[in-house]
Amino acid sequence: MSRLAPLLGFVLLAALLGFGIWWNSGHDQREVPSPLIDKAAPAFVLPRLDDPAQSVSRASLLGKPYLINVFASWCIACGEEHPVLMTDGKQIGVPLIGYDYKDDPAEAKAWLAEHGNPYDTVIADREGRSAIDFGVYGAPESFLIDAQGVIRYKHIGPLTPEVIASELKPAIDALQREAH
Amino acid sequence: MRLLARVTLLLLLASGVVFAQAIDPLPFKDHAEEVRFQKLTAQLRCLVCQNENLADSNADLARDLRHEVFELMQHGQSDEQIKQYLVERYSNFVLYDPPVQRSTWLLWFGPLLILLAGAGVVAFTIRRRAAASTADALQTDTRDTEHGDDW
Repeated sequence: MSRLAPLLGFVLLAALLGFGIWWNSGHDQREVPSPLIDKAAPAFVLPRLDDPAQSVSRASLLGKPYLINVFASWCIACGEEHPVLMTDGKQIGVPLIGYDYKDDPAEAKAWLAEHGNPYDTVIADREGRSAIDFGVYGAPESFLIDAQGVIRYKHIGPLTPEVIASELKPAIDALQREAH
Repeated sequence: MRLLARVTLLLLLASGVVFAQAIDPLPFKDHAEEVRFQKLTAQLRCLVCQNENLADSNADLARDLRHEVFELMQHGQSDEQIKQYLVERYSNFVLYDPPVQRSTWLLWFGPLLILLAGAGVVAFTIRRRAAASTADALQTDTRDTEHGDDW
């Protein structure tokens, strides 16, 4: 038995390493869990990208659920996500609010003109101040907000057809069931 | 002449880069405030490049958050309040030192447990060896050499 002790120790360490690899490949380690889930969305008042004289606020969006999608023309992953928003994103059953994050308005407009605009409304946060209240630390990020203005779901990184089908759509369905 | 112009341009560009990194124009009112700011931002994690703190990071968001921290300081917020402000938005992840709470007990006290377990193993081994060597002495065993490496 005592001669087996080193081998046993090695097997234990190897198992620990294996567990670590398995555990960390299951989720994105860089992902910062949002403390804002099931809390009221932060108050914001932001100008519309297409018409800066008009503004959109948390209060003006109350009453029905919506999806805020944080994007920027400089963001490469947003380019990957964009075709998904153009197809699956348009069919999720709630308005899509584009949140143009720390972007040049002219470049954002050109980007949307070139790739297509999947959004019902686009708001622009040029300085990124309101984004700090939302806990945004990159783009793309998406927030599902219910009719009462509560953040119900957040996705960090590009929305994919799989994420929409397995996470976002069920979350939206749950909101719609609540409403009835 | 063209070459000289190019070299000068290159140098200017290079110095511009260095300059841009060196200044983070925050109007501290005195040295103490600056020290407090540096100390506080060194305890906060940059969310973008997660192995860097806010004080050192060149990420865009880190700069924004430094400005946010500075502004909160100007509004008379304490270090704790500023940390709380960031934790509310970015979770405990933003703190370099995780707070001691139920979910972090293992993290904080795990090393102590491992140390204690190691101490236990060492104590156990020593006692067994001591017992073995007393037994050997009593038996006046002649095969001493064979016991050398057996643990």
